Amino acid sequence: MKVTLTVNGRQVTADCEPRRSLADFLRQDLGFTGVHLGCEHGVCGACTITLDGATARACCLLAVQAEGAEITTVEGMATDGELHPLQQSFRDHHGLQCGFCTPGMLATAAELLRETPSPTEAEIRERISGNLCRCTGYQFIVDSIADAAKKLNPRDAP
Amino acid sequence: MKAAAFDYVRASSVDEALRALTDAENAKVLAGGQSLVPLLNRRLARPSLLVDINGLDLSSIRRTDGHLVLGALTRHRAAETSALVSRDLPLLTEALRHFGHVAIRNRGTLGGSLAHADPAAELPAVAVALDAELTIRGKHGLRTVSARDFFTGTGQTELEPDELLVEVRFPVLPARTGHAVEELSRRSHDLALVAVFATVTLDEDGVCAQARIAIAGAGPTPIRAIAAEESLRGCVLTPGLIAGAAREAAAATDPADDLHAPAGYRRDMAAVLARRAITRANGSAR
Ligand SMILES: Cc1cc2nc3c(=O)[nH]c(=O)nc-3n(C[C@H](O)[C@H](O)[C@@H](O)COP(=O)(O)OP(=O)(O)OC[C@H]3O[C@@H](n4cnc5c(N)ncnc54)[C@H](O)[C@@H]3O)c2cc1C
Ligand code: FES
Ligand code: FES
Repeated sequence: MKVTLTVNGRQVTADCEPRRSLADFLRQDLGFTGVHLGCEHGVCGACTITLDGATARACCLLAVQAEGAEITTVEGMATDGELHPLQQSFRDHHGLQCGFCTPGMLATAAELLRETPSPTEAEIRERISGNLCRCTGYQFIVDSIADAAKKLNPRDAP
Repeated sequence: MKAAAFDYVRASSVDEALRALTDAENAKVLAGGQSLVPLLNRRLARPSLLVDINGLDLSSIRRTDGHLVLGALTRHRAAETSALVSRDLPLLTEALRHFGHVAIRNRGTLGGSLAHADPAAELPAVAVALDAELTIRGKHGLRTVSARDFFTGTGQTELEPDELLVEVRFPVLPARTGHAVEELSRRSHDLALVAVFATVTLDEDGVCAQARIAIAGAGPTPIRAIAAEESLRGCVLTPGLIAGAAREAAAATDPADDLHAPAGYRRDMAAVLARRAITRANGSAR
């Protein structure tokens, strides 16, 4: 089947089998290799992307279901070569080591900050509990998200 | 792993979905995909055809004559953040906070969760606790099944392969009803090892007019603890009475040993969680 969707602001059309997951479609067919695959059953969060404004597990969706959707992958977070404040914070606070979980963490954190501009540490921990990181022990990721929240919302910082 | 091959149709009406389900040998409905796609990926399900119902107009949340009616395609996140749901069915709102991570709740649907009928899942137990009625469409028209009759075993329901669950009707809880969800799971937002869902309705004098107790994760279907509920009706709830009812609730469970916990542990935890849930529901019924 033909699928037409918008990824990171650009419209793309490609052919795929109905059984193709959105994760494989984005990563292998369209080349957005920031979409990482760990468990392929919704548990690890590595494949998390933003679909029509809300996070989704790309491994738990079929590509054919994304017809007409607007998708943002980690490749679409920076603007004009400037890292997104979350990306910059992850860099500043050692929020990533191998970087495998990072694209999913960033999508999850970006949604949290859209909904809750000044989250508490508990709220950050609760939100990223659905994304598995094998490297950082989470503390640096929590620090990164808290710092990005402050930079994005200097006024309501706690 | 990757899914085996299947055909795919995107239904644009309930009738079209029903026709596709009837015509195919081994078709499955695709709603949010949050249970089905992982099963496909692991080849634990191998349908010949998927009938995608995401294009159907089945996601409204509306209030009618004492009921809150939620369409089968209502996403968990939409129900969780709905002001109508938190006013009329706060037990459902609280249950959804235990359910999956946000990315899962963004896609998964109420109907998908009920049709999937995982005995450790929250929503089947909430539907049983709140005496929900499920509206099912088949080629011969509509039928209604009470939540208590709907779940027939692990992953088994009253739904025929060529039927669609279209909406869920919840009777709105009366005034002076308190509620509580107490859940034990291995990781926050995972399926429950055991969970207890309780409401307590008090009359003007603070006497328990009705209690509702349902338990997930302790049998092949969600369990409604009727004897425990009866032991509370007509009484002013004391810690001793509540502890007795909680033991009664645990006695109604039918857990099995599995990878995650022995049966005895689940039964003991059902008693502990039931005591906490009834206590909190009673305390919040003002
Ligand atoms: C990481 C992860 C964590 C999870 N955590 C939880 C949790 O904490 N609690 C919990 O309860 N669940 C949990 N789940 C399971 C899942 O989220 C739920 O079972 C639910 O959201 C599935 O709904 P869906 O719309 O995605 O259904 P789908 O996956 O699309 O369908 C599920 C089943 O229902 C059938 N179906 C769907 N809609 C209809 C309909 N309208 N009529 C007839 N049949 C229908 C399908 O054919 C299929 O057999 C989790 C899943 C994942 C991947
Ligand atoms: S690969 Fe999608 S959640 Fe693990
Ligand atoms: S940085 Fe390696 S898995 Fe998280």
